[in-house]
Formats: sequence, C-alpha cells, structure tokens
Amino acid sequence: MNKYLELLTTFSKIGLFTIGGGYAMIPLIQEKVVAEKKWASEEELVDLMAVAQSCPGIFAINISIFIGNKVGGTRGATFAAVGTALPSFLIILAIALLFQQFRDIAIVEKMFRGIRPAVVALIAAPVFKMAKTAKVNRYNIWIPLVVALLIWQFDINPIYIIVLVALGGIIWGRIQNDNEEEEEEE
Amino acid sequence: MIVLALQLFWTFFQIGLFGFGGGYAMISMIHGSIVSDYHWMTPGQFTDIVAISQMTPGPIGINSATYVGYTTMVNAGYGPVMGVVGSFLATFAVVLPSFILMLLISKFLMKHRQNATVDSMFGLLRPTVVGLLMAAALCLMTRENFSSPEENPWQFWLSVVIFLFAFTSAKVYKMNPILIICLCALTGIIVF
Repeated sequence: MNKYLELLTTFSKIGLFTIGGGYAMIPLIQEKVVAEKKWASEEELVDLMAVAQSCPGIFAINISIFIGNKVGGTRGATFAAVGTALPSFLIILAIALLFQQFRDIAIVEKMFRGIRPAVVALIAAPVFKMAKTAKVNRYNIWIPLVVALLIWQFDINPIYIIVLVALGGIIWGRIQNDNEEEEEEE
Repeated sequence: MIVLALQLFWTFFQIGLFGFGGGYAMISMIHGSIVSDYHWMTPGQFTDIVAISQMTPGPIGINSATYVGYTTMVNAGYGPVMGVVGSFLATFAVVLPSFILMLLISKFLMKHRQNATVDSMFGLLRPTVVGLLMAAALCLMTRENFSSPEENPWQFWLSVVIFLFAFTSAKVYKMNPILIICLCALTGIIVF
C-alpha cells in the first residue's frame, strides 16, 4: 500500500478508537506505529510525547503530524493529521445531523458506562513500560511521583511543569558542557 | 455569513495556537469565546456539546470544534449545509497552528538531535512524561467515570472489575486495546 494511504488509514483507526482524550491513544500508537509499522522506536515515541505535550494544540494531532512528517514529509504529516481528525469529524457530524438525543439513548449510555473504566485502565497500563523506556530507576523515580502528585492533588497545569523541566534540563546541559570544556582546557 | 465564517475560523485558530494543556483546557477557551464573547450558543447547548464530545471517539478538541462549528452556523439560521461548512472551518482552524508548529519543531529536532543540551533536556523530560501519564490515569478515576460506593454500589464495583479486567488484558496479556474497548462496551450493555 502507498505510504500516504497507510498513514491515513492507520491514524484513522487510532482516531476512531481514542475515547477519553489524547492519552488513551498511547497504547494504540505503541501497537500500530511502533510494533506493527515500525515508523518510530519506543524511545522516539517517548521524546515525541514530551514535545507534543509541551506544545499547544491537540495532543493526538500533534503526535500524528510528527510521525507523518517522519514517514513522508509535509505530505505525510497532512495525511496523518487528516486521518486522526476524520473519524471524529464524520461521527460528530452524523450525531449533529441525525441524533440530537444521542446522549439519552439508554443503550448508548450503558455502553459508555462500561467503556469509561476501561479507558482509565488503558491509560494506566503503559505507565510501567513507559517508565522502563524512560530509564526510571530508584534514583529518579521521585520525578514522576512528584509530577503526578502535583498535577493530581494540587491541580498544577502540566504545561508549567514541562516548561520548567525543559528549561532546567537546558540549563543543566549548559553547565555540564561548560565544565567539560574547562576540564579540556586544563 | 462570510463575516461569521471568518470569525469562526479566527476564533478556533487562536484556540489551537494557545491551547496548552490538552482538550479540557481548550474547552474552557472555547466556552470563553463562543458563549461568553460572541453568544453564538446558550451555555446549555455548549454543555450538551461537551458531554457528547467526551462520550464519542476521537480527541475532545476535534470533537468539540466540529460540533461547535456546526451548531454556530445552524443557530445563525444558515441550515445544515452551512453547518457542515462551519464544522469544517472550525476543525481545520484548530489543527492549523499545530501543523505549522510541529513541522517547524520536527525540522529543528532532526538537526539538533545529537546536541548535548537537547539530550540533557529530554533526559529530564522523559521521567516527567511518565508522571504526566500517571496523573492522567489518576485524574480520570472520578465519580463520573466509576460512580461511587454511596451513589451506586452496583455500578461502582462493576466499574472496578471492568477496570481490573482491562488493565490485566492490556498489561499482562497484551490484548488489542480496540478489542478491550469493544468487550467493555458490550459488558456495559449487559450489566448496567
């Protein structure tokens, strides 16, 4: 299959089954993009998530644009983004046009009562694998724990945390660079 | 009509450009512009749109942009065809800033991937993202998603069972997430 069509269909599948926001698509992306299509490695995906999370816009769309661009340049990015948005667009239009009372249909409400806890579980499941890939060990495990606590219990916007950590990393990198240069000079 | 279309486009372009912090943060921005500033729909209509956007597949930002675009045009009296045009405009506008920013960043990242400073930045960002993911799961363990033992013990404990089933299937048995969602939807229809 043509790689652009492949991007379109793969991201349509991911968009179609992302219920409950961008994080719910992470296990699907891991499966489709990393394991099945091998468009990116596990490490690359973790990096892309960090960048996509710190950038404005819709998380799922940001990730699809990154992967699409990597596979097929600007055209690839276009196909991947359209693929991610298309199922949403069509489903919402269908609901808007046909089912004004969609929400009140008993069977739909029951379906979603079953889906909601599963969505939470699907977000929780990749945490351990992600921790391994991100090289979380007993010396730095306080970082994800403190971050999770700040967001969950103290309602700190994740964006501030990401921006601060990125700045901290850059400054730390610069200091280390300078030290190494000084050592070389000596 | 052209003015309304342009306003709709510009509003959602701004939301896409400044929409830090994911879908829920975007929803408050959409509310601020569409309901409070422009009065394109009632707060009640907006609440219904958010509920449906949460319940249907797809990113919440895309769902709500599509639905708000449609409703804005129809509320202004232009009929369903212009409604479709409105939903296209809003969706395209909310994605466009991402598109430009992501392409610029990935070009920059490709060049500077081996840079020591970029390495150091991602060295700290990676464990942080693990924390974000943990928080995302914790923040979703709410009464809305699980009910509560006082409110509806039957739904609460079944939700816990569904959660454990889905978690084990995904983590231990590596079951396809799409299959897990379908199975849990079916379970919901049967048990609730």
